[in-house]
Amino acid sequence: MTATQPAPAASPAGQEPILEVRDLHVHFGARRGRGSTARAVDGVDLQVRPGEIVALAGESGCGKTSLARAVLGLVEPTSGQVLYRGKPLGRAQRALKPYRREVQLVLQDPTGALNPRQSVYESVAEGLRIHGVKGDEETLVADALARSGLRPPRRFFLAYPHELSGGQRQRVVIAGALALEPAMLVADEPVSSLDASVRGEILALLLGLVRDLGLSILVVTHDLGLAWNIADRLAVMYLGRIVEQGPTETVLADPRHPYTRALLSVVPEVRHAAPQILSGEPPDPTRIPGGCRFHPRCPALASGAAAEAGVDDRCRGEPVPVLRGVAEHHAACFLTDESVRKEGGSRVGR
Amino acid sequence: MAVLEVRDLTVSYPTRAGSVPAVRGVDLTLDAGETLGLAGESGCGKSTMAAAVLRLLPPGTRTGGSVLLEGEDVLAMRPGRLRAVRWTEAAIVFQGAMHALNPVRRVGDQIAEAIQLHGKVGDKQAATRVGELLEQVGLPARRAASYPHELSGGQRQRVMIAMALACTPRLLIADEPTTALDVMVQAQVLALLEELGRELGLALLLITHDLSVLAATCERIAVMYAGRIVEEGPADKVFEAPAHPYTRALAEAFPTIGDRASRRNPHGLGGDPPDPRDLPGGCDFHPRCPVSIAACPTLELQLWPAGPGPSGRRAACVHVRDGRPELVREAPVVPVGEDAPAHRG
Amino acid sequence: MTQPVTSEPIEALPPSLPPQLSPRAIARARRRQAAARAWREYRRSLEGMIGLGILVLFVAVAIFVPLFIPSSELDVTRATGTPFSPPSAGFPLGTDESGRSVLALTLWGSRVSLLVGFLATVISVVIGSVVGIVAGHFGRWTDSVLMRVTDWFLVIPFLPLAIVLATVLGPSLANIAFVIGITSWPGTARIVRAQALAVTSRPYIERARALGAGDWHLITRHILPNVVPLIFANTVLIVAVAILSETTLAFLGLGDPLRVSWGSMLDSAFTQGAASIGAWWYLVPPGVAILLVVLAFTMVGQALEAVLNPRLRGR
Repeated sequence: MTATQPAPAASPAGQEPILEVRDLHVHFGARRGRGSTARAVDGVDLQVRPGEIVALAGESGCGKTSLARAVLGLVEPTSGQVLYRGKPLGRAQRALKPYRREVQLVLQDPTGALNPRQSVYESVAEGLRIHGVKGDEETLVADALARSGLRPPRRFFLAYPHELSGGQRQRVVIAGALALEPAMLVADEPVSSLDASVRGEILALLLGLVRDLGLSILVVTHDLGLAWNIADRLAVMYLGRIVEQGPTETVLADPRHPYTRALLSVVPEVRHAAPQILSGEPPDPTRIPGGCRFHPRCPALASGAAAEAGVDDRCRGEPVPVLRGVAEHHAACFLTDESVRKEGGSRVGR
Repeated sequence: MAVLEVRDLTVSYPTRAGSVPAVRGVDLTLDAGETLGLAGESGCGKSTMAAAVLRLLPPGTRTGGSVLLEGEDVLAMRPGRLRAVRWTEAAIVFQGAMHALNPVRRVGDQIAEAIQLHGKVGDKQAATRVGELLEQVGLPARRAASYPHELSGGQRQRVMIAMALACTPRLLIADEPTTALDVMVQAQVLALLEELGRELGLALLLITHDLSVLAATCERIAVMYAGRIVEEGPADKVFEAPAHPYTRALAEAFPTIGDRASRRNPHGLGGDPPDPRDLPGGCDFHPRCPVSIAACPTLELQLWPAGPGPSGRRAACVHVRDGRPELVREAPVVPVGEDAPAHRG
Repeated sequence: MTQPVTSEPIEALPPSLPPQLSPRAIARARRRQAAARAWREYRRSLEGMIGLGILVLFVAVAIFVPLFIPSSELDVTRATGTPFSPPSAGFPLGTDESGRSVLALTLWGSRVSLLVGFLATVISVVIGSVVGIVAGHFGRWTDSVLMRVTDWFLVIPFLPLAIVLATVLGPSLANIAFVIGITSWPGTARIVRAQALAVTSRPYIERARALGAGDWHLITRHILPNVVPLIFANTVLIVAVAILSETTLAFLGLGDPLRVSWGSMLDSAFTQGAASIGAWWYLVPPGVAILLVVLAFTMVGQALEAVLNPRLRGR
């Protein structure tokens, strides 16, 4: 299936996506002409449907954090669009304010995310005060705290962040987001700085929010296990592009992109088929390799599998087209994905 | 003779509110060439234990028991002998070590510092050794001229490992060596540690809260909770069939991808790891334990044998003592989140 | 992954508060508690208490001096003493060149010195803080422009600029205060900017932005509270500098000629040749007064820093 049309593919759920990202580019510029541009996000299409959890996975430097920030309007995209309920985001801060009520952020480090001089009550009430939400503030704060599992809520009103544990702090951050009754959450590594035994309950909380409040969540993480735990769909990023996308179970059970396969093979487990440990690290976003951006580290190319299939020249020389459309499972790889192989030849990619 | 033998180690920190026990009676043995994983979360005392091996504890700390490094008790050593022993017999790669590099000195100089502190080694000799060490950890020798900010997280971690190896220790302790790293870099660093253990005959003590990392890398695992070891045994057995409910929770925290049981079903524990200043008493795990019984809050814990034969498996759980391991294995998965026990304020 | 540091149980409210108070009132009570704690911490510093004591003494004297020394004692036309007479029963600190009591001059002079010092400090701190916060928070070219302006003021030597401005504006207390303020704000600006920069890049600022906060909210609710302790500690030191600056300007003859200040006393003493005739009683009191006040401010400033920056405690 060639997916060149810009309109979103009709999803099986029959619903319009709540959030859509179209051909997004976020480039961090050279300073006064010196140095090269860092192409943190270099052409991404993504959709989140109502009530869905989408995991955006990748290693550091792949652009997932910049993408999340662009979705939240915290970073201005260089080109492309972010559409919320079909309407593009405004650019000015003031235009974004109503959007902020609908899409909220949960940060990675709950310790840093809370002002140490503000009590829990004040941190949660902050959003309400900024937007001038009507209603009894105390009740709204108590409700938000209760919904994030901090009970009885009034007992936490006067606590300061340093008096709480990591898990409790993360719940306070989530409560602060929930107080505005958003339709969507963007969670950036929500559990990576928490203890192992506390991880489960925060993830269960997120699942519960989707189940009970109908939230949609975009989770940014480097942990594929987290995607397995809670995500409906998974998008794997590498060096600014999505290299594989699809329903979580399909992507993790039958990964098509050599990068996804390598990542999966090194997730620690007792018994493993030989892990494919890639050498070196992903290159800098200022020096994106030509051709398929993964080709210098690709095990399929190194092992000759690509040559056998006759695509190795394309891997080295031809840029892989951006993945579009979301219903099915596809990977940006000439070797493993037929549609990409066919499409590549007919487009002048970037 | 074991490279490291810890016998009934206790460590308490002095605070304004009294003495806080961080380690409460720990026994460990590690032979040359062996890898032992120490699993635990914040506050369980694992980092304190690691520091105790080299007596790198803050002044005023009280210790008890003994830490035998190649037969000599570190806790009883005189300062001169201790300084000589540090780094040459055992070395530590600390948690967050990547940030422990001096940003205004080249990494090669920092590694050379470790070498030159322990012997009258000339600059040229030191430089050669630095090159050797960098190659050993998978970095090109010319990287010695780089400053820390010019290296990535994974590369800095390798530099820290090179520094730890500088004086050819017999024991290497790595405290959360991969926590801040991506999974691919983590795999590289773990593979490196394994290889070094094999090549150099190092004894390796790996400390982390990710049980799956230990299961994949170590031969044996010991699990710590509230200053005590609550389970120990061969790595694969401990991970696949935990005898202690806490071990089970840790094992399930990072799911096996492909396992339907954890699909849309994150496992975890309610509550938080205990504060050493305010321990529940008895079996300290009982407030969070899905299978605790009336006896648990007042139980006097010890490590009872778990598992058949001389497998070396032991666990500090009343159900193991009573010979009912199935109670732990088949414990209902506690619903977490909104229905979990209310949090201790 | 840090353990919670429980210094006191969450519900440790002052027992006199009824439990049904609104969270805002309780938050205020909590802030009062924190202030009381800070005071108790401050009290532990001997140098801080001594410094504070000296300051309180000087300020009290400056405020209440009209009650026990009438201003007529400063009137040259009504001076009763013999010029340049050493300390005696009637004139405890001797007399000046016009026969006025040096004690009266010193005590009255404290009013001008302290007033100008405080006023100048207010001007300096306000300008410096605003510039620092705006530069640190907004960054980029706002920061560049403001920092170049700051550098310009920093680089210009204080004394020539002060002299020029004082000459142009004319000698009056307000003008002197203005001159000192306008030339000493860059120090505050740099310190405040550094702190504002650090705070602005913290994750909770990003969270507040994600919540929808505008710059005003960020500055007033997040940056300012984190910057105020620093400003406070810095202010105390600036007062000392301002008083010294006033002294210098007055000594150079740029002060208000109708008012007595410690600097003007020193100026008179020198121009009247007090040193050559050995009239030490004219030079020592104002000098000692300046020394004590500046020392006191410095001691208070150091103690404050220790209280507000917990990492310095217990050194």
